[in-house]
Amino acid sequence: MAAVMLLEAAGLSKSFGGLDAVCAVDFKLPQGQIRALIGPNGAGKSTFVGMLCGRIPASKGEISFEGQRITGWPAHRRIRLGMAYTFQITSVFGALSLFENVALAARRAHGGKAAKVDGITKEVLERVGLADRLQQQARDLSYGHQRLLEIAMGLAQTPRLFILDEPTQGLAENEVESFKTLIRTLGQDTTVLLIEHNMDVVMETADYITVLDQGRTLAEGPPEAIRQNDAVQAAYLGTG
Amino acid sequence: MSSARSAHILHLGVLGLLFAAFFLLPAYHQGNLARILVLAVYAMGYNLLFGYTGLLSLGHAVFFAAGMYGLGLAMHLGGATPAPAFLAGMIAALLVAGVIGSLALRTVGVAFMIVTLMFAQAGYLTILYFGTYTRGDEGFVIPQTARALWGFDLTDPTNRYFAALILFAVVLLFIGWLVNTSFGRSLIAIRENEERARMLGYDVQRAKWIAVTLSGLLSGMSGAAYALLFGYAGATFASVQYSILPLLWVLLGGAGTTIGPLVGTIFMFYLIDFASEVTSAYMLVAGVAFVLLTLFAPTGIAGELRRRALPWLP
Repeated sequence: MAAVMLLEAAGLSKSFGGLDAVCAVDFKLPQGQIRALIGPNGAGKSTFVGMLCGRIPASKGEISFEGQRITGWPAHRRIRLGMAYTFQITSVFGALSLFENVALAARRAHGGKAAKVDGITKEVLERVGLADRLQQQARDLSYGHQRLLEIAMGLAQTPRLFILDEPTQGLAENEVESFKTLIRTLGQDTTVLLIEHNMDVVMETADYITVLDQGRTLAEGPPEAIRQNDAVQAAYLGTG
Repeated sequence: MSSARSAHILHLGVLGLLFAAFFLLPAYHQGNLARILVLAVYAMGYNLLFGYTGLLSLGHAVFFAAGMYGLGLAMHLGGATPAPAFLAGMIAALLVAGVIGSLALRTVGVAFMIVTLMFAQAGYLTILYFGTYTRGDEGFVIPQTARALWGFDLTDPTNRYFAALILFAVVLLFIGWLVNTSFGRSLIAIRENEERARMLGYDVQRAKWIAVTLSGLLSGMSGAAYALLFGYAGATFASVQYSILPLLWVLLGGAGTTIGPLVGTIFMFYLIDFASEVTSAYMLVAGVAFVLLTLFAPTGIAGELRRRALPWLP
């Protein structure tokens, strides 16, 4: 299968002082996939993704996006290529309205035309189910709704790669259910890279899984294979 | 009615009031108001950076002084007429702000405050060092005969008032327009959550630099206008006091509101004016008023107005 690679990383490494947080990871993400990145705490998942989107400078290695080398690019230039990123700890513009939160994302991605920004903003807020709160301040939302708002801010950019850093962390059970549906629908029109602790979410949404452990790739494969992989079970599921 | 339209009507209303004020007020207050309008331009320039972008500078006097001396020296030493001298003031402020901005923005938070303060002190000392030309603390007077713009004698109170009002109007309408553009909104986004703005693809560093430069330019225009309309340039205007004043005006009036700087400047000007009639410790009165406002209206007068009654206030 000669899939088009959206994102490639080769020998990506990060060391903090003497500690190798991520060590020579090779990573290939084909277009249109929902990829989950899993691993025990401290496996280097967030550091790895931080290097992909430019928040953390890589110590070594190369990154390319759609064949273009982006190693060393500042974060905002990578986002402009078509990446969207949601933070592990929800990060929205608390003092601004929901509408303005999403409009800021839409405006940057699609230019300043008010009518167009208006249309996209309302459409994506509709899609995540927050359309009835346009003028509410973001900080007044519940945590779960803030997560949805952040997803809407990502959607408004019509990204080619949507990076979700632990989106279901801190959500209630019923909220997680609707999140699964949302992630699956995202996967229909964009590529998703999902860092997730909740194994249910991973197994039910991901097409393909990469397991990191102690900064290295431990295993890669479809959910079934990962579930049955001995090394993964030993390191991650704690049955070794 | 959209909030952008309400804002526009508010701005035109304020300008209309200021126009009418000239015919209603006695000469003493006309003179005060002319001074306030010029200083409010300084406050609006400061507010663009502090109130909208969330960057606290303690060194804006250097931009005010760059405009003041740009115009002042062009007229005093170069014998320029007011229009090209004003342009010289703007260019001086633009250059100084552009350079200081690109250096100071390598730092953030408290370090940014200190670095801007240091640059302003360096500017102040530079003016003293070149005392042969700048006349240092003593300053120099721009003679009445030179202060005529396109045939209007700017030492005449009527002409002076309307020159100040025109400058104020241009800057107020410009700010009102700017904060509604995509760029203006990205500044607010940076103020609210810089990392989020960056991760939406905004070039935060570039936007901040433009904000510093623009803010410095507006401050410099105020400095140039001050020298031109009131006929004097001196090193006092580059001292730390003149870096703190716009911060106080903006805090009192309401940071991040378009009319806050004007409100704060009027308030503080008259507070000191009244207090100094009563006591020589007038700064103490100003201090107490400032503490009270910070306690009971931390968002300033216009900010409090927006919170309580007028949520659309720009």
